Amino acid sequence: MTSAQTTTTTDDVVIDCKVDKIFYGDFLAVRDSKVPIYKNKITGFIGPSGCGKSTVLKSINRMNDLVRIFRFEGNIHFEGQDLYGATVDPVSVRRNIGMVFQQPNPFSMSIYENVAFGLRLNRYKGNYDARVEEALRGAALWKEVKDKLQNNGMSLSGGQQQRLCIARAIATKPPVLLMDEPCSALDPIATRQVEELMIGLKSEYTVVIVTHNMQQAQRVADKTAFFSVDISKGGRTGYLVEMNDTGKLFENPKEQLTREYLSGEFS
Amino acid sequence: MSSSLSNQQQQNNDQIAVPPTPRDILLDRIFRSLTTSFAWLTLLLIVYIVWEIGGTALPAIKEIGFGFLTGTTWNPNQGEFGILPQIWGTFYSSLLALFLGGFFGVAIAVFLTQDFLPHKIQIVLKSIIELLAAIPSVVYGLWGIFVLIPLIRPVANWLHATLGWVPFFSTSLSGPGMFPAALVLSIMILPTVAAISQDALSAIPSKIKEAAYGMGTTRWEAILKVLLPTASRGIFGGLVLGFGRALGETMALAMLVGNSNQLSLSLFSPADTLAALLALNFPEASEYETQVLMFAAVVLLFITLAVNIVGEIIISYSERSGGKK
Repeated sequence: MTSAQTTTTTDDVVIDCKVDKIFYGDFLAVRDSKVPIYKNKITGFIGPSGCGKSTVLKSINRMNDLVRIFRFEGNIHFEGQDLYGATVDPVSVRRNIGMVFQQPNPFSMSIYENVAFGLRLNRYKGNYDARVEEALRGAALWKEVKDKLQNNGMSLSGGQQQRLCIARAIATKPPVLLMDEPCSALDPIATRQVEELMIGLKSEYTVVIVTHNMQQAQRVADKTAFFSVDISKGGRTGYLVEMNDTGKLFENPKEQLTREYLSGEFS
Repeated sequence: MSSSLSNQQQQNNDQIAVPPTPRDILLDRIFRSLTTSFAWLTLLLIVYIVWEIGGTALPAIKEIGFGFLTGTTWNPNQGEFGILPQIWGTFYSSLLALFLGGFFGVAIAVFLTQDFLPHKIQIVLKSIIELLAAIPSVVYGLWGIFVLIPLIRPVANWLHATLGWVPFFSTSLSGPGMFPAALVLSIMILPTVAAISQDALSAIPSKIKEAAYGMGTTRWEAILKVLLPTASRGIFGGLVLGFGRALGETMALAMLVGNSNQLSLSLFSPADTLAALLALNFPEASEYETQVLMFAAVVLLFITLAVNIVGEIIISYSERSGGKK
């Protein structure tokens, strides 16, 4: 029901995410959600809290594997490979799909070392200074920190820390960048800076962003996926209600549930 | 203001809140001044101890002076006193213990905080390691004499026979000596190092761990490249406190170190420490020798206080910078 109406062809799908079921122990957290992620687009995940949007996001780079009781049914295809295939190492998935978290979480080391972290981890042999500068420029942070690269990353303001985390994530040029509510801990000015940054990153990266802020989704996302919670069977199971180009979804939602959510009838 | 409040209360019988009575205020003041004075008393106690020991040692300090720290003979009959071998033995045994106990303490802390084990087993193991701190020093000493020394003697003597040209193995182990003492000492400081390192590692916010795994680190890369550096100041503080404990430890060392006035790099040679010297010589000391021993006590006190103060400063500094974000 989703891809048929979108204008982009399936060739542009960089991550084909098909969730059948996601469990935490016995708890069914997400069911039946097909979320194609298009290349060089920003895909926004919106929905009420507990709808599983973060869970789906963190399944894409296998961060959820860190939760012992997590269980995934379905498949996620990326670069011709099922990320949940038996031979796939979650560590290498995470090296190819970058992630920016809800809370800014720079390491307690210098700004330079924060950005160079992924390069060192992947035993990069090239010019570190150039790569660090490129990543910091890409994260729109270079001008503010170029004279204090040896200062601790924790000494920056919240918004700067979040942009440092983005620089850290893009230093190794992963094709896909996942962002889990990246602005929820930031003030409005820093939020705008990060949003502009995301739009700038689009030319080189594919971005997936979870947001609880519908205005933010409208401002940055090309495609929007709306998730909701199904409480009919006693549990609280999230699922994809509909996904479309952002403009179409907000102006003319096909599902009654989406219409109600967008008009603020529940949250 | 209080009068207007009580007036209101008389007008309005429904009101329950009343200002504290003079008696409440008095009790509060008494309680506060009592706790404050007790806190200051502990400080006074330290000052008093230093004052008393320093005062008793003063004649010896005037008589021997700085040469006390560099002299190598201890001969009460000739009136020759020098504690360089004891200072050396104190630092050598403590550094060896710090090296061994520090390594294993940090390794245990990593093992018990990074989800290698189910939570319940973690707690059980943690308590067992803390129990090591409850074993009396003299029991460690006995265990060292009757179990540890016979156990390591063949190995030590084999090392001496085959690698005797290495300064560390230049003597054979005939009984008590530096190595068994340092080994027991390392077990004694292990709980301190492990406990403080565990606290430092558990205090790392989970978002930092997430960031490391999100970058694609393996578990060991996350531990070595992110978690240990993040906890490094806390761990360093734990090492310094463990070192401080090793410097002042007395009974086990007096039983195991050999109490021999030697300056040797050899791990198997008998040696002496300041604490052991004090413990063993006081019972038969003359008046002047007592003053000399007090001088040695001042030196030991100075060393341990300095090390502990540095450790406390480092720990509080790391806690403050940890809480900042």
